[in-house]
Amino acid sequence: MKATVLVRPKPGILDPQGQAVESSLRHLGFEVSDARVGRLVDVDVATDDKADALAQIERMCEQLLTNPLIESYEIELEQA
Amino acid sequence: MSEPRPVIPVIVWPGSNDDRDAQLALERLGAESPRIWHTDEELPRETAAVVLPGGFSYGDYLRCGAIARFSPVLRAVEAFAAEGGLVLGICNGFQILTEAGLLPGALRPNASLSFVCRDVPLYIERTDTPFTSRCFEGQELTIPVKHGDGCWFADEGLLGELDANGQLMLRYAAGANPNGAVADVAGVLNADGNVFGLMPHPEHAVDPLLGSADGALILGSLVDAARLSLTAAV
Repeated sequence: MKATVLVRPKPGILDPQGQAVESSLRHLGFEVSDARVGRLVDVDVATDDKADALAQIERMCEQLLTNPLIESYEIELEQA
Repeated sequence: MSEPRPVIPVIVWPGSNDDRDAQLALERLGAESPRIWHTDEELPRETAAVVLPGGFSYGDYLRCGAIARFSPVLRAVEAFAAEGGLVLGICNGFQILTEAGLLPGALRPNASLSFVCRDVPLYIERTDTPFTSRCFEGQELTIPVKHGDGCWFADEGLLGELDANGQLMLRYAAGANPNGAVADVAGVLNADGNVFGLMPHPEHAVDPLLGSADGALILGSLVDAARLSLTAAV
């Protein structure tokens, strides 16, 4: 089952990348604020069971994909 | 017979690049410092302290230190630390120790988004640790930093707790914070006092020819403490 994990810097965490991106967007003439830059991980989990896939990805996030102190995550499961 | 040479291995991951400097510095200061490959599952039997060097372990993919944390040798380092063994993490080594949960906080990209490479003034806040015994309280040290991800972070609750415990024992001098780290923190000690991580590179400041020999105070303190544990064990 294919899934996408969105990893974001937690609110309140300094995000210099987001600030740089926001500043560039403003230079281009866009009126934007609160730009934050995170990370996206696509993964294909070897199961067809949705609950199982979710449970596995949550463990992946806790063990490796995110640092819970500074990052939050969101899981999107793709329907086969 | 000269003083015993304590064994202080330096761990090497693919991408480590300060392991030889650390080895050279420790050996000049009186230690025996074999370099240990990341796939080794055990530390040498006589290990009296361990150093995790700077570099870019496993390419620093995902987050700095996030993957090195799962290497076989780190199991051995964790077991060693759990028994009170002395562990020093420098730069990438510090990042690995925070990812492994052996040290509190996390290291984020520098606030400037620029890689910084320069000498920085630092303050030692404690001298009663195995890593700072050669220093005097409030001593200012000059040691180089060279990193892109050295912005140490802890939320307010954690920060207050660490401060109260005296664990934030190395700080950048006022106005000299090179990376945006909270509370100007340059190095952190664990609660038990046997694991220390810092962003500056003491191994690059062990001879006046290098611009400073202040790093030798930190590494020399570690060698002293390792030697002491050696004689205590006999």
